[in-house]
Amino acid sequence: MLEVLADSFPQLLEGLKFTIGLTILSLILGSLLGLLLAVGRSYGKPPLSSFILIYEKVFRGIPLLVIFFLIFFGLSQLGLGLDPITAAVLGLGLRSAAYQAQIYRSAINSIPKGQMTAALSLGMPKLKSVRYIILPQVLRLSIPGWSNELTIVLKDTSIAFSIGVIELMRQGRYVYVRDPDLILPVLLIIALIYFILVISASKGLNYLEKKYKMAGFEVGVER
Amino acid sequence: MHMLEVKDVHKSYGDLEVLKGISFTMEKGETKVIIGTSGTGKSTLLRCINQLDSPDKGKVWLDGEEITNPATDINKIRQKIGFVFQEFNLFNHLTALRNVSIGLEKVKGMDKEKAQERAMAELTRVGLKEQVQQYPAQLSGGQKQRVGIARALAMDPMVILFDEPTSALDPELIGDVLDVMKTLAGEISMLVVTHEMGFARNVANEIIFMEGGIIVESGPPKQMFQHPEKARTKEFLGKISTLYGKE
Repeated sequence: MLEVLADSFPQLLEGLKFTIGLTILSLILGSLLGLLLAVGRSYGKPPLSSFILIYEKVFRGIPLLVIFFLIFFGLSQLGLGLDPITAAVLGLGLRSAAYQAQIYRSAINSIPKGQMTAALSLGMPKLKSVRYIILPQVLRLSIPGWSNELTIVLKDTSIAFSIGVIELMRQGRYVYVRDPDLILPVLLIIALIYFILVISASKGLNYLEKKYKMAGFEVGVER
Repeated sequence: MHMLEVKDVHKSYGDLEVLKGISFTMEKGETKVIIGTSGTGKSTLLRCINQLDSPDKGKVWLDGEEITNPATDINKIRQKIGFVFQEFNLFNHLTALRNVSIGLEKVKGMDKEKAQERAMAELTRVGLKEQVQQYPAQLSGGQKQRVGIARALAMDPMVILFDEPTSALDPELIGDVLDVMKTLAGEISMLVVTHEMGFARNVANEIIFMEGGIIVESGPPKQMFQHPEKARTKEFLGKISTLYGKE
């Protein structure tokens, strides 16, 4: 049995590549869009900010599986057929954006109003003030929340299995369907792989959080 | 032509009329001190000058240019009007040096090295040569406020507005900030809202006493302290002198 397990390992690694790829692409989409949504909701005027609010509510209110099915099967019925990977990145990314917007917005809210006032009083246009004064602080304060979001996206790539993305979970299924005796060991290995990934990612981000801390603004330290 | 002219400025927040028609002028190199009880619109007046708040009525000119005109590029104007805040408002993620240089870089388009050189010079001028690499949270209140002053100075403004620059400081730190401000008097125009009567008496060319959204009386310190025309001015100065002491 160990031999069969060892033989199937390259297959699992192949799936792992897609799991990691999906995670990275979804996070890029989620972060960029999430940041735009947060800035739009904090600094934008009513039509824009209410539209963003609706977006956030919708994507936080629907299960990921339903989002996947809507994007993959639903859109294809409307003639917009997407390949499974694109659909998975869209689903994960769009949902993550809704959650990340919350993370960034709470960071924006925690930044004293005077920061913006001071930037404006130097003659800095509003957009530049956001870019050079507000955003750098927002990003630093967002690292803990973002780290949490990363682990959620990473783990939820496994749901992409349901729309046919051949990621870690699906490759594992291929292995134990061939040899049903392996179902428990293979699932345990898959669980372990996810666990190791999540732990290492959190460690890495912990390091970033320390490196980019603002003196006197460490999370958890009294000001 | 006056360097700064404020004419009949009104400002309300909801039903509350904070400024009820303020007019005064300032010339180059002058130091004017605005005094008055809290809530009489002194801070609002400063914010209406650099358009952080826009007046409901009335006009403001800087160097002949009407800055209350919506067609004016307010970002250009604000470069010429320094602002020093009661709560310092230093950029928390930047060192003292970068706090001062960032405006030069991102607003005036100076290259990074030149901007930092200039920032270094301004920080030295306010006595913070040793603290340039520290973050705001690592500085004392008095040091923070001096960074705030250096940040305003670096932009080469025509006038600096000070909004109660020492009100958030421990009494023993106030002196450092006032000393820096004294060295600037005459070199740069300053409009200072403060309760520091010693500073007003010794440094100001003119004291403006505001109450209830209007200017009650204004004049040179000697006249204001010794022969105020209005009874209310006399009463206020008497009270505040016992509170804050005479220098």
